Amino acid sequence: MFRRLTRKTYVLSAGALLLLLLPSIMQLVDEPYLISLFSRILIYALAAVSLDLILGYGGMVSLGHAAFFGIGAYVVSIFSYHSFDGSPLLTWPLTLQGQENALLTWPAAMLTSAVLAAFIGALSLRTSGMHFIMITLAFAQMLYFFFVSLEAYGGDDGLSLMSRNTLAGLDLTNDTTFYYLCLTLLCTFLIIAYRLVHSRFGMVIRGSRDNAKRMQSLGFPIYRYKLVCFIIAGAAAGLAGALIANQTEYVSPGLMHWTRSGIILIMVLLGGTGTLFGPVLGAAAFLLLEEVLAIYTAHWMVYMGPFLILVVLFARHGLYGIIVGREKDNG
Amino acid sequence: MAEDLLRIVNLCKGFGAVQACNNLSLEIRAGELHAIIGPNGAGKTTLINLVSGDLLPDTGHIYLGDQEISQLPLHRRAHLGLARSYQITSVFPQLTVEENLLLAIQAHCGHSFRFWKSSNTDSQLRGELLPAIEQVGLTERAGIRAGNLSHGEKKQLEVGMALACKPRLLLLDEPMAGMGPGGTVELRKLITKLKQQMTILLVEHDVDAIFALADRITVLVYGEVVATGTPEEIRSNPAVREAYLGEEVQTC
Amino acid sequence: MLLVIEQLLNGLQLGVTLFLMSAGLTLVFGIMQVINLAHGSFYMIGAYVGATVTLHSGSFLLGLAAALLATAAVGMLVEVTVLRRLYKKDHVDQVLATFGLIMFFNELTRIIWGRQPLFMDVPSWLSGSVEIFPGITYPSYRIAVIGVGLLVALFLYLLFAYTRIGMQIRAGASNREMAGALGINIKMLYTLVFGLGTLLAGLAGVMAGPILAVEAGMGESILILTFVVIVIGGIGSVRGAFLGALLVGMVDTLGRAFLPTLLRLFLSPAYADGAAASLASMSIYILMATILVWKPRGLLPAHA
Ligand SMILES: Nc1ncnc2c1ncn2[C@@H]1O[C@H](COP(=O)(O)OP(=O)(O)OP(=O)(O)O)[C@@H](O)[C@H]1O
Ligand SMILES: [Mg+2]
Repeated sequence: MFRRLTRKTYVLSAGALLLLLLPSIMQLVDEPYLISLFSRILIYALAAVSLDLILGYGGMVSLGHAAFFGIGAYVVSIFSYHSFDGSPLLTWPLTLQGQENALLTWPAAMLTSAVLAAFIGALSLRTSGMHFIMITLAFAQMLYFFFVSLEAYGGDDGLSLMSRNTLAGLDLTNDTTFYYLCLTLLCTFLIIAYRLVHSRFGMVIRGSRDNAKRMQSLGFPIYRYKLVCFIIAGAAAGLAGALIANQTEYVSPGLMHWTRSGIILIMVLLGGTGTLFGPVLGAAAFLLLEEVLAIYTAHWMVYMGPFLILVVLFARHGLYGIIVGREKDNG
Repeated sequence: MAEDLLRIVNLCKGFGAVQACNNLSLEIRAGELHAIIGPNGAGKTTLINLVSGDLLPDTGHIYLGDQEISQLPLHRRAHLGLARSYQITSVFPQLTVEENLLLAIQAHCGHSFRFWKSSNTDSQLRGELLPAIEQVGLTERAGIRAGNLSHGEKKQLEVGMALACKPRLLLLDEPMAGMGPGGTVELRKLITKLKQQMTILLVEHDVDAIFALADRITVLVYGEVVATGTPEEIRSNPAVREAYLGEEVQTC
Repeated sequence: MLLVIEQLLNGLQLGVTLFLMSAGLTLVFGIMQVINLAHGSFYMIGAYVGATVTLHSGSFLLGLAAALLATAAVGMLVEVTVLRRLYKKDHVDQVLATFGLIMFFNELTRIIWGRQPLFMDVPSWLSGSVEIFPGITYPSYRIAVIGVGLLVALFLYLLFAYTRIGMQIRAGASNREMAGALGINIKMLYTLVFGLGTLLAGLAGVMAGPILAVEAGMGESILILTFVVIVIGGIGSVRGAFLGALLVGMVDTLGRAFLPTLLRLFLSPAYADGAAASLASMSIYILMATILVWKPRGLLPAHA
């Protein structure tokens, strides 16, 4: 027990230190453009951790998580679009103007994603297992097609941001600043999620994953707990979406295509489900692997596909399990 | 003593062609230990499932005190004071023994929309944990994942979780089956003690234990009540001897 | 009126295509309890092989035969090498592995056939149109597609209702252990069912070839529709798949065709067209949501 704990602490501190020093390291090796790749990794890590919350702890295999990611991105972009355009975003039931301030638009992105998660979750959590997978997938595709047909905001072609959002005193156009902002938000969410899964609420979620029937016969109305968990994860994915819109300064329906949900899911599994920190590793591994493979071949997916199958068949506990060691009983 | 805690009236439940519960009526008095016996497939588990809410009846009524509960969802019945153990153990395999019991305790400590404080160090929950874990003799195994317990230990945990709910009416479905002889002795002691504190509906195949523990016994065959009465009455009931006890002697 | 009938037939045609896709997949879901995302890949393989062989041989029928053979063979190969190992695993694992299969097949077709879509001609003997009602003509090819789809539905119905293998499949669907105990060779049966499913997907693909562009990734859009069909119909139920497929085909086609006109009655034209496009693209999902609220397990669940 003790040894595992120290190893875990050791690995986590080393990881945190590496992430903290990364921009300086990149400066040293004179590859500063890589910082934006790492920002991307942190953003996807945030989305992956939020999926791990419902997947790894709640046993809810959502194949529509990118919907919340995409919505978050669109909310920020639409606010930004109207801010440059000068036209109002909404005139009814209330008047809304465009907005550049991250302190307003990012919470708005989270809120919108949360509302959407409440709607999708309320319906899909009435089912479980294969039904749940297909229904989350279908609803995410619904949103995808909605945005494809939304000509006002670019339809299929998407929407470019004129600039990144503004955030009290910070220069978000500076890649290093932006990197540290992403890192701060990711760490904050990791802490929140860590507390959450160990709280009473988290125990209910984990219990429902293990044995839903037993939870009910103990007296837990599990539907509402799972729904709240689904909403929290949706909001966090929305935040990740707001960040990715700022990072790439461009959004398109592709952000919420179901293959994107699949990729976020891959990150979670690659890193290790139900570990919270694993998905960070998974996001890093996937995006770096993609980057490296793409240097050598345009057809990297033809290798990635079988690789995933091998991971499923032979390395079930993900990278985190390999590095930290599997949790074992002391008895 | 004579007051009925649970009243079952004309309850029916069928699975396709099988009538697992056939126009069954039964009263459980407050404070008694009521045992159900019957051959395999008699519908004992089905009856427990109908009372606990794991299954909904086709027709008929179940009253807990004055309240009709036959259509209430599982978790609502739990809050009215019902708790059960499962014949086929039903625990949380990935959680530790301690966490399994903490969950059972937590179920009756208000709502669980508490997001920040660790439940493992929550003094309100921990206060009840020690007696709960000691009661079923799993103190040594507190940190083990429930999935890695032996079959007998899982059964102990199963009973422990039901008890941690502090029920008014405890439903036990063959708690002794599959336990080692040591465990069975311990459990008999425990049930004897619990008899003073709550009403118990016990399904069990161990006839010795039943006749020693029960205040009243109901014999179930093909989903119907053959007889209900004190152990002496049941022992001397010719219909029972024929339908059940005789068969029991032959098969053993 | 003319338009309505034509659109109804279009809806029917989409419906039977979806039925071909979902009949096999719902069986795979129901019997093997495995979630297979790669089903759309077989649709794509069917279309590619069909288009290529037709192009080179000049015979549509030869292309059709090659496509069926190829999809059934690849399907059974995939079952034996990958799918079989997933039956006992979690749904997450199944999702991940079959997602890997999609990546692999999509990229492989890009390597073999390039990034440009293929176009397949309607065979000359089906290129005309038929007068179905006085004054209403409809392309013969599409009528053939509808006919084939309905024939397959009939075939499946007869297979399950009257043949030994069909009953074995049904026994397997309702109770795996039981079927094993009855001495049915489960492994073999699974491979066959999977092969049948992929063959039907291949058939759908090859028939869609002359109607749509044949390109990598074409399997995914139809896969999602197939999922909607299965969710609506109920997992494991072929009858449910038939009902669901027709519903989805009709709602989608009619929604796209008539929502703009309908909305123009209430809204300004510019606004109506935008709203209609959005609404039409979401219509089947709204249908699915509505049915879910009412019947979470689908209209005709396999195990009631
Ligand atoms: N979910 C179910 N679906 C179909 N049939 C069922 C189901 N549950 C029970 N049965 C049938 O109902 C009858 C009663 O079963 P039940 O489990 O209640 O018996 P039991 O008295 O508990 O038997 P045992 O002593 O073996 O535990 C049996 O014939 C059984 O096959
Ligand atoms: Mg039983």
